[in-house]
Amino acid sequence: MIDEFIKLSIGTLRKRKLRSWLTMLGIFIGIAAIVSLISLGQGLKISVEEEFAKLGTDKLLIQAKGGFGPPGSDLSTNYLADDDLRVIESVLGVDEAAGLLSGSVKVEANDKVRYTYLAGMPTDKSLSLIKEFMYFKVEEGRELKDGDKHKVVLGNRIAKGDLFKPNLKIRDRIELNGESFKVVGIYEAIGSSQDDSSIFISEDAYRELLDEDDKWDIIIAKASQDPDVVADRIEKKLRKHRNVEEGKEDFEVSTTAEFLDAVTNVLGILNVFLVGIAGISLIVGGIGIMNTMYTSVLERTQEVGVMKAIGAKNRDVWAIFLIESGILGFLGGLIGVIIGVVVAKLAEFIIAQTGNSIIKAAMPWWLIVGALLFSFLVGAVSGVAPAYRASKLKPTEALRYE
Amino acid sequence: MQPIIELKDVWKIYEIGSVKINALQGINIKVNKGEFVSVQGPSGSGKSTALNMLGSLDIPTKGTVYLDGHDISKLTESNLATIRGKKIGFVFQQFNLINTLTAKENVMLPMIFQGVEKEERVKKAEELLKIVDLQDRMDNRPTEMSGGQQQRVAIARALANDPEVILADEPTGNLDSKTGVSVMDFLHKLNKEGKTIIMVTHDEYTAKNADRIEYLVDGEITKTVKK
Ligand SMILES: Nc1ncnc2c1ncn2[C@@H]1O[C@H](COP(=O)(O)OP(=O)(O)OP(=O)(O)O)[C@@H](O)[C@H]1O
Ligand SMILES: [Mg+2]
Repeated sequence: MIDEFIKLSIGTLRKRKLRSWLTMLGIFIGIAAIVSLISLGQGLKISVEEEFAKLGTDKLLIQAKGGFGPPGSDLSTNYLADDDLRVIESVLGVDEAAGLLSGSVKVEANDKVRYTYLAGMPTDKSLSLIKEFMYFKVEEGRELKDGDKHKVVLGNRIAKGDLFKPNLKIRDRIELNGESFKVVGIYEAIGSSQDDSSIFISEDAYRELLDEDDKWDIIIAKASQDPDVVADRIEKKLRKHRNVEEGKEDFEVSTTAEFLDAVTNVLGILNVFLVGIAGISLIVGGIGIMNTMYTSVLERTQEVGVMKAIGAKNRDVWAIFLIESGILGFLGGLIGVIIGVVVAKLAEFIIAQTGNSIIKAAMPWWLIVGALLFSFLVGAVSGVAPAYRASKLKPTEALRYE
Repeated sequence: MQPIIELKDVWKIYEIGSVKINALQGINIKVNKGEFVSVQGPSGSGKSTALNMLGSLDIPTKGTVYLDGHDISKLTESNLATIRGKKIGFVFQQFNLINTLTAKENVMLPMIFQGVEKEERVKKAEELLKIVDLQDRMDNRPTEMSGGQQQRVAIARALANDPEVILADEPTGNLDSKTGVSVMDFLHKLNKEGKTIIMVTHDEYTAKNADRIEYLVDGEITKTVKK
């Protein structure tokens, strides 16, 4: 019987094409918004989680905090020194630790002058730990090694982006703050525009070039025991070493798990907010369906009378109208899903153009199925009241209705 | 013999604001199986109202309607709908086909409400459309058919569940006289084959063919003519 009712409803909707389309518009805008937003949000979440999975949850990050400006910037008065690094290395449960320098630099190449990020990398065995954390792969040439005084490895965008057209190649020479360096390697693009726009030199070269003594901007430690416990121990020891009270630390120890939690939290809130907005448009769409269904009931009053005269029960009439509004919702949802997918892919493409490959539109099955189910529900729920009204029409009065 | 439909002291009072309209004022009618009853009377005399009572489409303000021996006021809405769909076929003056459905689908609709299997439904609908001489119009929609053709589809639809009674409210009212006569001929033929027919018409022709004519004036039966 249901299949017959569906056929009946589709016939009716077809007959009023324009109105059916306009009604569905309300639903599909909402669903398209929801699908594309969740898809992008989900894609972001997946790639963030992947990044963190690559890092592993055994990494700890130690940075100075307080003072002025963000850690690592020249304005910051607090900094981590080399003896801090030694202290961290000595903590029970710390496998190895390595420091990293980061700042900015004036670059001259191909007769162009640009300012960009500069990273000072260790060239001893700690490089492998840093690389576990930063996840760079050499595309051309080689990695920095011990004794590389005037050698650089370039982030992908520095070498191949439009900063220094034409592309920079291995053995090219560039100037950093006026000193000449030779390109020995180029990293693969990793999808973050800051990392891909960085220039990497050895720790020694960095200290010399920027005149830094024993400062570290970031220290990375690898834990061989529970990272949270190790983090506590590091905090305790550093407090003592730096002579600060608990609660007034001028440094910060974070675990990758904490990062992941924080990021997922923000993403979650963002998702709820975006979906909330899209949800409002769905409610408006639902009201549109309700309005259309009331009109439809009014227009087809006589038809309801006829159906009752030829044996339709109240609940048959109810089902027919409910299915009709459900179909409006479902079809609106179907179009919405398609448009949502297209919009998400388009957004992914546009974001990729800016050098950030971190956002990929994810299309989990539950999103598609859920969106369709939800739009059907919105349609059906909006149809309940009009369908009820139709089902309660008295046959004789309905037949007399012009 | 038990009448198939019986109205006992049936009143229908419409209230519009403070005005009361006595559309029916205590009418008694018995219709036996196989009868051909014609209801006649001036406009506004209550013919349609009476027919609705006979077809259990409406419930009287006072009095009792028996359908096949059941007091319809004692039936639930869904039982009444089922019995109505099974025992009674309606033919209306304005044909009242569903415009979005084809002729065949229109004829199948009453069977859908009775839960008839699809195969049987299709077979029966095609059979009925052949009987009303519309075998080559089965897949046309009402808007693609003449008034006479539409009314024949409506008759086929009324016959879909093999009802015992056909109720027709001025079935020829919207047809020219020639098509009207052919529709009448057809209803008459159905009566000869055993269907009970109750019809509202002003037509002289029916007057001659009916077994009985009930005259209504101001909601009361003023005269009954039997043959
Ligand atoms: N739903 C209604 N509400 C109010 N009054 C009604 C209603 N239905 C019928 N009436 C009134 O009841 C009376 C009988 O109406 P009915 O339709 O039965 O007449 P009829 O004999 O069929 O007339 P006609 O030949 O014009 O079709 C009329 O006065 C009519 O105005
Ligand atoms: Mg009438």
